[in-house]
Formats: sequence, structure tokens, C-alpha cells
Amino acid sequence: MTKTVDPHILAMAQRPALPPRETQLKILYYMKVVRELENRIERKLYRQGKILGGVYVGRGQEAIAVGSCIDLRADDVVCPSHRDMGAFLIRGMSLRTIFAQYMGRKTGATKGKDSNMHMGSLEHNLIAFISMLGDNVPVAAGIGLSFKMRGQDRVVVCSFGDGATSRGDWHEGLNMASVLKCPVVFICNNNQYAYSTPLERQMAVENVADRAPAYGMPGEIVDGNDVIAVWNASQRAIDYARSGNGPSLIECKTFRMTGHSAHDDASYVPQELFEYWETRDPIRRLERTLVQQNMLSDAVIAEMEKGINAEIDEAIAIAEKDPYPEPEDCLRDVYFEEQ
Amino acid sequence: MALTTYVEAIRQGISEEMERDDNVFVLGEDVGIYGGAFKATAGLLEKFGETRVIDTPISESAIVGAAIGAALMGLRPIAEMQFADFISCAFDQIVNFAAKCRYRWGAGIPIVVRAPSGGGIHGGPFHSQNPEMHFVHTPGLKVVCPSTAYDAKGLLKAAIRDPDPVIFFEHKFLYRWPRAKEELPSDDYIVPIGKAALRRTGSEISIVTYGAMVYVALDAATELAKEGIDVEVLDLRSLLPFDKEAVLESVKKTNKVILLHEDTRTGGFAGELAALISEEAFDYLDGPIRRITAPDTPVPFSPPMEEFFLPKISDVLRVTRELHAY
Repeated sequence: MTKTVDPHILAMAQRPALPPRETQLKILYYMKVVRELENRIERKLYRQGKILGGVYVGRGQEAIAVGSCIDLRADDVVCPSHRDMGAFLIRGMSLRTIFAQYMGRKTGATKGKDSNMHMGSLEHNLIAFISMLGDNVPVAAGIGLSFKMRGQDRVVVCSFGDGATSRGDWHEGLNMASVLKCPVVFICNNNQYAYSTPLERQMAVENVADRAPAYGMPGEIVDGNDVIAVWNASQRAIDYARSGNGPSLIECKTFRMTGHSAHDDASYVPQELFEYWETRDPIRRLERTLVQQNMLSDAVIAEMEKGINAEIDEAIAIAEKDPYPEPEDCLRDVYFEEQ
Repeated sequence: MALTTYVEAIRQGISEEMERDDNVFVLGEDVGIYGGAFKATAGLLEKFGETRVIDTPISESAIVGAAIGAALMGLRPIAEMQFADFISCAFDQIVNFAAKCRYRWGAGIPIVVRAPSGGGIHGGPFHSQNPEMHFVHTPGLKVVCPSTAYDAKGLLKAAIRDPDPVIFFEHKFLYRWPRAKEELPSDDYIVPIGKAALRRTGSEISIVTYGAMVYVALDAATELAKEGIDVEVLDLRSLLPFDKEAVLESVKKTNKVILLHEDTRTGGFAGELAALISEEAFDYLDGPIRRITAPDTPVPFSPPMEEFFLPKISDVLRVTRELHAY
């Protein structure tokens, strides 16, 4: 028995093409919080020496995590990757926890044990990412498998970049998720560079989504800088998974508007690419659309930004005063400890 | 009462835990309809259904990764590696994901990775290895190596109930070996992880060992008794954590120690034990700490070479006599 899957089209449930205004404003808010939060992390706190170690931001890619996670249920699970800050905020992780995490404080998501985006919280159904790219793919399959085993209609959203799709775990994980029909929505942040390696040195096919039919799952390509398109495809993929059809793959075409990390000036990226993608900035695009549709005014945008800045100022002020962990705490929690 | 084989003890352990706790399930290659390459999961599919006994693709990394994901959601997965040799394909998921989640963000990963290890079955380089030390060197994991049917069942049950990831090395030579058979209690029992077992009490020389080498040590001890050499045999059963107190107690009593394992020499567990004994029982030693291990080579296939490779009774006799005369 062979099964053919249209390479780029999800078996679509009927969905409204546009989220309600309220959702769109929420989407805008989260994208703007992510942008400002990451600007502070990369351009202020890191440069001031208040954040040490690796700093990886998702500037220009905010639409992907926000659009795919905004309408998840609280009991759904997200396995974010390292340019998915929106996922953490939408799931309810506080700004203070995030800043404290970056600054190695005891109040951070890992109590100082791990750095930057390596945050997780079972309470928020957020699975902490690790540096071995694509490792969260089989893990997401297993989370989905648990839902299936227990007859729950929960889904998993699992994100990764284009570079991660070259890892064996990515292929093993997609295959297993499909064979076992696990309710997973795989989201590729295809930002066209993995560190300094451009897409054509990463893979010999044109699109990550081209691989979906090889695993017997639907794949779809969307403009990753159009948050409404990301939302729309995600909603269909979430419905598809929740209805018991198994996994699907959404490839969000986007661009990394920074270096790989804060120390990388990205001099290997042609300047015209930055200029082109700057015109496609996901936040300004949504703002323009909402203003054109009379759903938003410049005054409301200014008000929103003021509020976001105040929230972030306050969170940084608290996190900066938060204590570091005790040095000896490094010995704790290797194994289960009776409380 | 009937004697139970080592592999049947494992099968019973899994089955009883699956009956006890609905969260326990099995996944791996050929574990369902075929009952596992060694039949350690035979009959489980019929008993528990395909929701809880899951045949997977040949993807060791994804098998462990999926087990981790299910464990994060509160299940208790038992992942089977068809041969311990294949665990290298899942190394990253085990040492980077499973072992570090609790430390990093407080998420316990209660998985068991079962891995049939060891030589003596003419399996050659890829069906005979003893890869325990890769995992003993990874904080966050537990590593066990049972040598008897009783321990295999009791340690497996303890591993399944453990809140942390446990790598469970089953010595495949022992699976159906008559001497590893035992009468098992009909009641539920566990063998705690991290506790050694004294297999033979002696006063002159301690042999500290684990896995199939326990029998080599015991057979040598029987021979040596005829020569008037009184040997103690300590079976570690668990390597991470291991029973330091039992090792030190034995060394302090006999004052001479031989460390025996089937794994290769350099970086083997004997080195760790030797360091511990030097640090904490040096004053008690009346002779050098001796190691008996496989040589630093891959596991060879051809019978005369494999026999040469594996530590055997004659090796133990020779080294024990030398140390006794020291």
C-alpha cells in the first residue's frame, strides 16, 4: 500500500483566513515584546557585560513562534528552538525569569545551571532545548506518542532551524513521528543560514518541506515573515494533529537579521539580503496591515510600545537585583533529591 | 520450585511492572510481534496490546528521544536497544538530553534503557561490547549490570520505579545460561540500585567484579580454596552509583584486591576502583592493586581470539596466586 501526499499542502480543515482582531493585537504585542526583549539582551545587557556566554536572538523571525503558538491550548506542549522567544512568553514564562536566566541568577528558569534560550518549564508545558540541534524532534515525537497512548487530544509544536534538518535525529524523529502517527506540528524556521553556512551548503533540495512527503506527512511552505500566514498554516496543522491524523511540517521562510550569535558580525551575509528582508519585517508588516484595516492607530502602537518598555524596564531592574545561586548549588539536582 | 532464567526474570520484571503501573510501556526494535531479539519482551504484546508494546523503526536515537518525551509527560518508558553495541547511536539523547534535564530545569527523566551487552557468544565486534563506561562517566545517569536472575528482575523493577534515567546492561551470555538461573520469590521485590552483593566470603584476597565475570571469579575462588587461598568475591551489581562502602569494607578486611571486568582495560571501571582504594584504603593494602580485564582491542570474532580476549579462570588463578605470594 502506498500513500501519496501532496508535497506542499496540508490536508486542510476549513479555517478562517484571519484571526480575530483581538488575536491579531495579541500577536503584535508578543512580537514587539520579543523584539524589545531581545534588543535589550543583545544590544544592551550583553554589551554591558551583564550577560555572559552565548546570546542568540530571533530578530526578524518573531512571527514564527508567535504565529504558531498563540492559539495553542495550555495543555499543549511546545518544544522551542533557539530563536523562538515568543513561545516562552506566550506560554507564560515571565520577563523577569527570562532576564534572570540570561544573567545566571538563581531566579532564572534553570537557576543558573544553564544559559540563554535553554529554558524549560513543565508547568508551562515548555520543553528545554539543548545545543544539539534537532534533538527535540524525537523528544517531541515521544510527547505526542504519550498523548496518543492516553487518548488525549493534545498536540506538540516542535521548532527547529534549517541547519537542524541536517541532523540524523531530525530525520529519525520525523520518520518515527509519522510511523507512530504522533500529533506533532513540526515548524522549521528556515532563516537561510546555519551560523555561517548558507542553505545551499546545508541541503541539496530547495525546500525543507520537500522532505515531508518522504516521511509520509503533509508539508507546507509559508512566508515566515507574514505572521497571519504562519498562524493560518499552524491552525490547520494543529487541527490536523488534534484530529488524529499525525504530524505535519510547516516550513517558514524567513531571514536571520543578525549574526548567529551576539559575537558574530555576519560579514559573510551579502548586505543586499539584509536590505531586502528589512523591507519584509514581520512586525511592521502586521502594523501596516492593521492600520490600513483601521484596526489599529499609531497612537495605540505608541501606547503599546510604552507599556512594553515599562514592563521590560521593571523586569530587568528586578532581575539585576536577583541573587546568584550559591556556588555549591552546582552539586544539587544531578539526581532526584527528597525535598 | 522451578528455576527461572535471567532473560525470563527480565521478562517477568517488565510484565509485573506493566501490570502494576499503567504508565510503564515498552518501545524498541522488534519488541512487539517478535518479542525482542532475545525474547525478553515475548508475550507482552499479546498481554498489553500495541499501545504499550511499541515496535519502532531502526532508530536508536529516536527510540531514546521518544522515551524521553513520553517520560516528560509522566510515562515510564522502557526502551530496548537490540544490542548494547547499538546504544552508541543513542549516545547523544542519553548523555545530553536525558542525563541533564533534571540538573538544568528540574525535569526528571524516568526512563530505562535496556541494553544486552557482553561477549562469549561469538557475536564479533558489534554484538559483544561492554559500553558501560561511556555512561558511568555521565553524571545524571544510573548504570546497573546484574549477574543473576534474581538481581536482573529486582534491579529492573528498581530501575523502572527510579525517578532518573537508568542504563540497564543485561549480560546476554547469562540470558539462558543454566548457572544464572535462580528460584525467584513469588512476591514483589526490588534490588536497590547502588548496593553490592557479597557472593563469597573470604579472608585473604578480594575480587571485586560485576556481570558475567562474577562466575569466573567464583570458579577461580573454588579452585584457589583447594590450594588454601581464601578469596572473597564482591559483585558490584551497580556501577553508578556504586557501593563504595562494600568495596572498602572488603579491602580493609582482606588487604589485597583484584579488580576484574570484561570491559577493556584503559578507562575501565577497575581504574576508578583502584583510585578509590588508593585514596581511602591505602594503609590497609598489603600488595599492589591488580586488574584483570579484556585487552584494549575491539571484541574479536574467531573463537580462539575471543577466548583469548575475555578474562577467564586461568587469568584469575595466575593473578591471585601472584598477589597471594606477594
